[in-house]
Order: sequence, then C-alpha cells, then structure tokens
Amino acid sequence: MGLILDQVNKYVEGEMHLADISLDLASGSRNVILGRTLAGKTSLLRIMAGLDRPSTGKIVMDGRDVTGISVRKRQVAMVYQQFINYPSFTVFQNIASPLQISGVPKATIKEKVMETAKLLHLEEMLDRMPAELSGGQQQRVAIARALMKDSQLLLLDEPLVNLDYKLREELLEELTAIFKKRDCVVVYTTTEPSEALKLGGNIVVMDKGRVCQTGPTTQVYRNPATVETAQLLSDPPINLFAAVLNDGRLTLGDDLALAVAGPIAALASGRYHIGIRPNHLYLHPQDPGDIKIHATVEISEINGSETFIHFRYSGYKTVLHEVGIDARKIGSDITVYMNPGNFFVFAENGDLLISPGPAKTAENQTA
Amino acid sequence: MKKWQDNKGWLFILPVFIIVAFSAIIPLMTVVNYSIQDIFGPGQRIFVGTEWFKETLTDPRLHEALWRQLLFSGLVLLIEMPLGIAIALTMPTKKGLGSSVCLVLIALPLLIPWNVIGTIWIIFTRPDIGLMGAFINNMGITFDHTASGLHAWITLMLMEVWHWTPLVILLAYAGLRSIPEAYYQAARIDGASAWAIFKYIQLPKMRGVLTIALLLRFMDSFLIYAEPFVLTGGGPGNATTFLSIYLVKIAVGQFDLGPAGAFSLIYFLIVLLFCYLFYQVLLNVGKGESS
Repeated sequence: MGLILDQVNKYVEGEMHLADISLDLASGSRNVILGRTLAGKTSLLRIMAGLDRPSTGKIVMDGRDVTGISVRKRQVAMVYQQFINYPSFTVFQNIASPLQISGVPKATIKEKVMETAKLLHLEEMLDRMPAELSGGQQQRVAIARALMKDSQLLLLDEPLVNLDYKLREELLEELTAIFKKRDCVVVYTTTEPSEALKLGGNIVVMDKGRVCQTGPTTQVYRNPATVETAQLLSDPPINLFAAVLNDGRLTLGDDLALAVAGPIAALASGRYHIGIRPNHLYLHPQDPGDIKIHATVEISEINGSETFIHFRYSGYKTVLHEVGIDARKIGSDITVYMNPGNFFVFAENGDLLISPGPAKTAENQTA
Repeated sequence: MKKWQDNKGWLFILPVFIIVAFSAIIPLMTVVNYSIQDIFGPGQRIFVGTEWFKETLTDPRLHEALWRQLLFSGLVLLIEMPLGIAIALTMPTKKGLGSSVCLVLIALPLLIPWNVIGTIWIIFTRPDIGLMGAFINNMGITFDHTASGLHAWITLMLMEVWHWTPLVILLAYAGLRSIPEAYYQAARIDGASAWAIFKYIQLPKMRGVLTIALLLRFMDSFLIYAEPFVLTGGGPGNATTFLSIYLVKIAVGQFDLGPAGAFSLIYFLIVLLFCYLFYQVLLNVGKGESS
C-alpha cells in the first residue's frame, strides 16, 4: 500500500517540467524530495496531490488508479511555503475546518483539535486570529490543519523555508517525531541537504525535472550514484577535483601525486573525478595516512560553532568545514590534511565507482 | 528667544502649510464666517450667531433632500458593491491580452468627464431619438425622465452605476489578484465549494480594498451634483433635488450666503460622520484578519 508513480511526465506549453518519474512510496514512510529551486519538486507534489494531471503516466494510491481523479475526491493534506490559513477563522476553527467539512460530531472535533493543538504547542492561542500570530505559529496552525485530516497522503512543500533558523530547527525536530507516528505517506520537499538528513527516511534527489536517485537517506548520502547527487546532498557542496590514475599513482589537480592502495588502485588507469566532503578536509593531521596540501585562504566564515574556509586548489574552488571556531585570516597560508580513505571516486561521466568505507566517515555517528 | 532660533524645522513645513491654508483652511473659515452673519452687501453684515444653523436644521426641504440623498447613496452602494465584486470575479485571472483588454474597457467610463456623462445619457434616454428611450417607448412603455420622477431616478441610477461600478471592479480585481495561488489550492484540497472559497478566502482577503471602495463610493454618491444638474436640474419637481443641488440653489440661485454657509458645514459634518461610522464598523468586523 502506498503511492506509486508510474512513468509520470509533465509538459507545460511544450516545455518539459517532469521527465519519466517512477516512484514507489510506502504508507507510513517519510520521503524527502531534495533539489534546487526549479528542479520540479513543487510540480511533482502538485501531481501527487491531484492539483495537476500528469501529461502521461499513471498515479496509483493504495492500489487504486487515481490519475484522473480530482483533488477534492482524494484524501490529501498539504502544507505550503506560505502560511495558508483561513483569515476569518480563529485558530480553533482553522484546525477544525477539515473535520467540519466532513461532518464529524462536535465533541469529536473538539477532542481532536485539542490533541493536535497540544502536539504543536498551540493550546494557548486557540481563540486568536491567524494574523495575530507570528510566522512560526501560523505555520504550526497550517500543519495542525493538515494533520487533522485523516489523509492517505501528507504533502509538505518547503514548509519551513519562510521561518527563521531557530524555529526551523525546532519544528523540524517535532515534525520528524510526528511523522514517525503516522501511517500515511509523508512527502516533504526541501532545498537543504541538512533538512533531508535530519528528517531521515527515504530521499528522492531531483534535478532538472528528473529523479537522480532514490533510497534510504543515509544510504544515498554515503553512496551518491553520481557527481550530481553528491553535490546536491552536501552543504556546502562536495569538493571535486579532476584526477588521473596511472599505474597505482593518482595525480590530483596539477601537481599532487600519491601512491594509492586498496580499491582505488584496482581501477583501470585513466581520468576520474575525485570528490571529498568539506568535513573531511582538516586543518590538523588526523591520521598517519593523511596527505597534505598547501593553500591560501580566500574566505573564512564562522557559522555558529563551525568554521568554513574557502580556498582554491589547482584552480578548483574548495571548502573546508571544521567543527569549532578556527578563523584564519584572508590571504594567510594554510596546510590542509585529507585522507584518501575519504575519497569518492567518480568515472569521467559522473557515475560513482568508489565511496569511502563507513568506518572512515564521520556521518556514521550522526546519521 | 533662543529657542525660536533653533526651530528652523518650521521652515520646512511652511510650503505645505501655505498650500493647505489656501486650499482648505481659508475657504473653510470663509464659510464659517458666512454662516454666522447676515450679509446684505459689501460692508453690510450683521452677526446672527447660530440662527442660520437653527433655520437650516429645521428646514423641511433640507430634510427631504437629505432622505432623498441617503436613499440614493444606499441604493448606489447596494447595486455597485455586489455588482463590482461579481464582475471582478468573472474577469480573466491570467496575465495577458484578455485581462488587459478587459481592464481598459472597464476603466473607460471612469475617464469621461461628469458633465459629458450627463449629456451622453440625456441623449441615450430621450424618448424621440435616444437609443434606449426610443426603444422602450416603441415597446409601448412610456419612459421620460423629464416627466416622471421615477424615470429620472432610474436614469440617474443607470448613469451612476455605469459610471462608477468600474471603480469597484478595479479595486476588487486588484484585491483578488493579491491572494496567493496557494490559498486556492489549499481550498481545493479541503474540498471547499466555490461559495466557500468566496466567503472564507476571497471576501476576507478583499476587505481592505472593499472598505476603500465603499468609502469612496459613499462620499462621491453623497456629493453627487453634475449628473442630476445636467439631466433635469433637480427635477421633475424636486424629485432629484439632492443635498448639493439644493445647496447650490440657496447659495447661487437665491444668493443666501448665510444659510448656504451653515448648510455647507452641516453637509460636511454629515459626510464626515457617515465615513467615520463605516470605517469603524468595517475595522471592527475585520479585526485580527490580514488584509
């Protein structure tokens, strides 16, 4: 049971918006659609909801073909980027509205509203009007309304994008817990890899109207099938260098040559792309096997308790992500350490050949 | 003295003050001056206190004109507001040639001067050569706005509705366009009917612009002068003698400047009072809603 999209295409005025999308989302699963703006996330969500019809392809909900069925007759709930509530209803009436339409007895409505309001910390403001609430509270009301519906499909279109950082973190945590308890298909779109990783569940990576990769989020994070996915699923994007492998010697960029062992050495000689995540570049040596490169700091930024140092290596824009505050002056020389064990190796066409073993990745503990 | 020298800021508001003085304060005070004096000629004036106000307030013809005026404004609002909203709802929503053409056509009556509108409709409704007048009369129904008070009213209402509903349409249309698409999607997902969408989304979201439309339309229709003046000059009889027509008759026709001054001030206060009431009511109804 769940939502199945079968070879869905969407053209608008001859322009391709979605191309050949096939997905199988199980009931009770959390699914995050990750992609940049205009990747087709919202178009896909609209088709899932039934707001738009696909140009070709089939949509099956719990075993029933719903391709041509209007949104009014489907059991769908949706939360938007903008905070959408009925302007002339109080918070209580807003949350109650989906049940009122379906004619549920008053006592049941009240009970359910109280329950949902408690879940989203809205008990204090049930008598207020939406315009009297802060942005975060307005969005909570909208989410509460969506949760009230006993829907088979819960869609959230970048629900946290208009909220400030702190609120986003807070709501995301609460939402993850709420989603885990529900047995409908939850689909959540976002542009931010960190949000996707925090929500967990499954991920659908999209780019230019196509699905790049699907699967459990941590698994996709560790084994991005292509350079594209690796870049989308890393913030800041993964660092990429062109490399040449020749008889067990890997030349990275212009001048760094190193002897490689293990799976990389087993590859055929030729050109490759080497990817390394910003958090696998270090300012201090971590391991005897580390190699070091010298660089000049271009930008050094501190974000909360993390430091991002931007530099150029052999002409490649590179970012280093260090936990803790370690600001370096612009123009100062630094030595950067990295370990070949953390290398992603992509073929010239972008397909993943080798991903670092789980033992070496720091995300293992956090994911 | 020293303090005055520091107050150079006054110089900056001086131009505005002068303009407002000449455009509003001085004319208003002149009217106040007239309203408390009996003026026979240059240099011949007697202070009469509140006598003109007492006389004006008890003038039965003013009462008649006031009720006529209220009925007219009430009818105008009752017709123009719903009609304007209804037309705005049916206008094309997508940007493009269709909506542009629609907007231009609808805005056309607003660009025509008042007295020209009167002339257009006089000719249009003439029983002998007017397109509408001749058509109705040829159907066997007598229609003559110079003979029947009711017919004069019908003609005036048609004129007013044709002239000013476009303003309501434009304002309502602007209000509708400012509602994010996501509201309509959310309503569709909730299974809301077209009526529910109108009642719970469009109307509350349009409240701001509709308040402005209502105030503008009330003030304008309450001050109506050119149309009845051009059409019948307040007749037939006194059928279309509205407040402003009556006022001009007193001031210019009879040259009773004292009573006319008192009348003007009372007229001004009535408009002010009604606008304040409308504004307060609409403000309270829309309390806590986003506009």
